[in-house]
Amino acid sequence: MKTKELLFDPVFKNNPIALQILGICSALAVTNSLKSTLVMCIGLTLVTAFSNLFVSMVRNHAPNSIRIIIQMTIIGTLVILVDQVLKAVVYDISKQMSVFIGLIMTNCIVMGRAEAFAMKNPPWESFLDGLGNGLGYSAILFAMAVIRELFGSGKWFGVEILPLVTDGGWYVPNGLLLLAPSAFFIIGFLIWGLRTWKTSQQEKDQFFIAPNTKKGAH
Amino acid sequence: MEHYLSLFIRAMFIENMALAFFLGMCSFLAISKKVNAALGLGIAVIVVQTIIVPLNNLIYTNVLKSGALAWAGYPDTDLSFLGLVVYIGVIAAVVQILEMVLDKFFPALYGALGVFLPLITVNCVIMAGALFMVEREYNFSESIVYGLGSGAGWALAITALAGIREKLKYSDVPHGLRGLGITFITVGLMSLGFMSFGGINL
Repeated sequence: MKTKELLFDPVFKNNPIALQILGICSALAVTNSLKSTLVMCIGLTLVTAFSNLFVSMVRNHAPNSIRIIIQMTIIGTLVILVDQVLKAVVYDISKQMSVFIGLIMTNCIVMGRAEAFAMKNPPWESFLDGLGNGLGYSAILFAMAVIRELFGSGKWFGVEILPLVTDGGWYVPNGLLLLAPSAFFIIGFLIWGLRTWKTSQQEKDQFFIAPNTKKGAH
Repeated sequence: MEHYLSLFIRAMFIENMALAFFLGMCSFLAISKKVNAALGLGIAVIVVQTIIVPLNNLIYTNVLKSGALAWAGYPDTDLSFLGLVVYIGVIAAVVQILEMVLDKFFPALYGALGVFLPLITVNCVIMAGALFMVEREYNFSESIVYGLGSGAGWALAITALAGIREKLKYSDVPHGLRGLGITFITVGLMSLGFMSFGGINL
């Protein structure tokens, strides 16, 4: 497979969040500010890429029966590294994100790609696949964070874009966008948009409404 | 007693794991197509959560916490950075043991819950339970109540969602929104509903 395909397919065509339903757990919680979203995206992309690389490197030496534990140990070590680096460099953000950095560990994207791709492919391809899936995840997260922070608090990265009424401006912030339910709505609408654009991703309905037969009879 | 009741209500409704913290979303969306399956997974989560959170609490206070190893003669050691790997190890081990015990002594229960147990190892609800317990510095008895409450809240949320989705499959949803999209909107509305518990103060 080509480098470009490996890297960019997961962004639109086979998005981990919108299509594979992976890694939604932490995706929603951090998107009410762009700063924490950026940190989360970098963390997750690095962990996915490197866990894919290392899992792929040991794939021919690890017995099948204990592969999950091996994957878990690799992922766990990487997540601890990210966690410790964040605590040392940007302590405020790491405090604000509380448990969600630790939860990269149980993020299904990392485990899912290690199991589905890295176990069957050579290291370099696996690394690219991890990077690509990290980018796909980041694309959705950024789209959400841009909407939520702009309309929720009138800011991007803490810089004022829409002047708030409380500070003498004209914009009345929509508080709902900073709360939990809005994240669900926005991701629902994002998926709607994506699937209207790429119609092959639409799911089949289990039931269809039968056509109105009476009309034709008379 | 009142303190524990308040903690339980908080964990179950106000800080609902699924609807307020977005945890366990993967299985929350994947297993909520049928009420029976959702209920089974919910009960399995309650059981595992009630065992794991207090167990990790014991490990944290006696081994990992800074200065916790004083009883072994190492008063300056701080192993708390190892937390993540230890918790996931404990979770995996407990789930495995639980599976074997159920299989041996309660075959009927194993038949009902068995298929869900392996899923639970990588369910973020369980891991988050352990991490929140550490972050909020719960003591042993508080962590039992917290584990029970947060597990029950998650079970309640997934069962309710499964009920809605069973009815929803007969409705005429716009094409792009079918399946995952409409489920997210539904969960959003449920989360809005659960926010009304926010005013409860015991």
